[in-house]
Amino acid sequence: MIHKLTVPISDEAISALHVGDQVELSGVIFTARDAAHKYMVEEFIKTGGNPPQSEESLYELLKEKLDGGVIYHCGPVVAKDDGQWRFVAAGPTTSIREEVYQDLVIEHFNLKAVIGKGGMGPRTLAACGTFKAVYLHAVGGAGTLIAERVQEVEDVHKLAEFGVPEAFWQIRVEGFPAVVTMDSHGQSIHAEVAAKSEAKFRELVGV
Amino acid sequence: MQDLTNAFVELIRRTSTDLPGDMELALRDAREYEAPGSAAQGALDTMLVNQEMSRRLSRPICQDTGTPIFEVHYPVGWSTRALAAQIKQAVVIATEKAYLRPNAVDSISGANSGDNTGTEFPTIHFHEWDEDVVQVDLMLKGGGCENVGAQYSLPNAPLKAGRDLEGVRKVVLDAVQRAQGQGCAPGVLGVAIGGDRGASYAFSKQQLFRPLGDRNDDPELAALEETIKEQANELGIGPMGFGGKTTVLDVQIDSLHRLPASFFVSVSYMCWANRRRSMIVRGEEVTYQ
Repeated sequence: MIHKLTVPISDEAISALHVGDQVELSGVIFTARDAAHKYMVEEFIKTGGNPPQSEESLYELLKEKLDGGVIYHCGPVVAKDDGQWRFVAAGPTTSIREEVYQDLVIEHFNLKAVIGKGGMGPRTLAACGTFKAVYLHAVGGAGTLIAERVQEVEDVHKLAEFGVPEAFWQIRVEGFPAVVTMDSHGQSIHAEVAAKSEAKFRELVGV
Repeated sequence: MQDLTNAFVELIRRTSTDLPGDMELALRDAREYEAPGSAAQGALDTMLVNQEMSRRLSRPICQDTGTPIFEVHYPVGWSTRALAAQIKQAVVIATEKAYLRPNAVDSISGANSGDNTGTEFPTIHFHEWDEDVVQVDLMLKGGGCENVGAQYSLPNAPLKAGRDLEGVRKVVLDAVQRAQGQGCAPGVLGVAIGGDRGASYAFSKQQLFRPLGDRNDDPELAALEETIKEQANELGIGPMGFGGKTTVLDVQIDSLHRLPASFFVSVSYMCWANRRRSMIVRGEEVTYQ
């Protein structure tokens, strides 16, 4: 069975999800990776929600759209046709680099899902439990397929400052496929696979 | 010498948008080994559907079009400066056409150059040879898999790895275990034994240009390639780290001379989106492989 999720996502919908579940996500989401996470933490969170005046409009927008919303760890390939941006390839990037920021962002914005690849660590897993959120794993490298599920690029923020891969792309997706690999009940496929492979590794290497 | 700029653009397009036949076949085979309905099989299905779409729509397989690595083999008399200029120009055009994502970032300011050119970017290596044709091999190596590459200095006490092939086996398995699914498994491993640190890493990447299933002429190294492949798959990390039987699709190893004092083992990990292709220029005729 495939769980259909629509932004904004409710806590009930998150509680119903368990690791291994397949989901299809629809609604408006934001790409955000290294520069964007550093920026959100430094400008919005560490300032106690009082960003510099120049950053206020983006903060207000993100507060509204990320409440029950979704962040996607992705640096897309984009093209511009007749003034309109289009996603050409948009698979996930490695998520673990955001481990030091993610729990803060989940809490501050009431984020309900983070999409990426490779999984995240104990801080994010704890935040998923406390604030009712999930980590959704997309297939890394599946750039074309996921770009096809992006119906519209609504806007882009911080493009000049961060560049194409690192900007906040505000996109409307329909039927975005992913697998729940970290749930709000404390389970992580990544931790489980890592523990099993570690045991086998020790046996093979004799350490 | 002729202007090859357009031919280089086409090489980049083919490399970015269409997996080599041996990789596609290996992913299809892997799909059959995984449990029906498993997340592992689902991931492989997604990869195969994505590959079909990318080829049909002529779009990048993966949005991380990586570091473009060009290995240029050329006959006597060609100008490497002219070839380098044409390659750089082709990279700019391919970026405009969205076959490549702008990927060259100034390490100090953080600014993206916007056109995939910069200091030592793209990577170009020149090799003069005796053939009367130009052969250009291109690999697009993404950041996720590049980040899980590893270099070991043997002996390595924690892994009980000495300066022998048994030590090599241990450290390569350690690299696979540490990588988990982060390198976009199922991957291919290029391994270099020996060299200095720089030569060792470069040589490990050159192994990734070998076709899957190609075995080293040295029977000991050929056996090691098979052993590590088998044992890496026993780790059960699986496609994207979801758990499963397919963690690596192949392992390819070769050696360099080293200093008496040094014994490096370098592991380059290439993701399932193993984008590598070649172009051959014979007179006016250009063919792609």
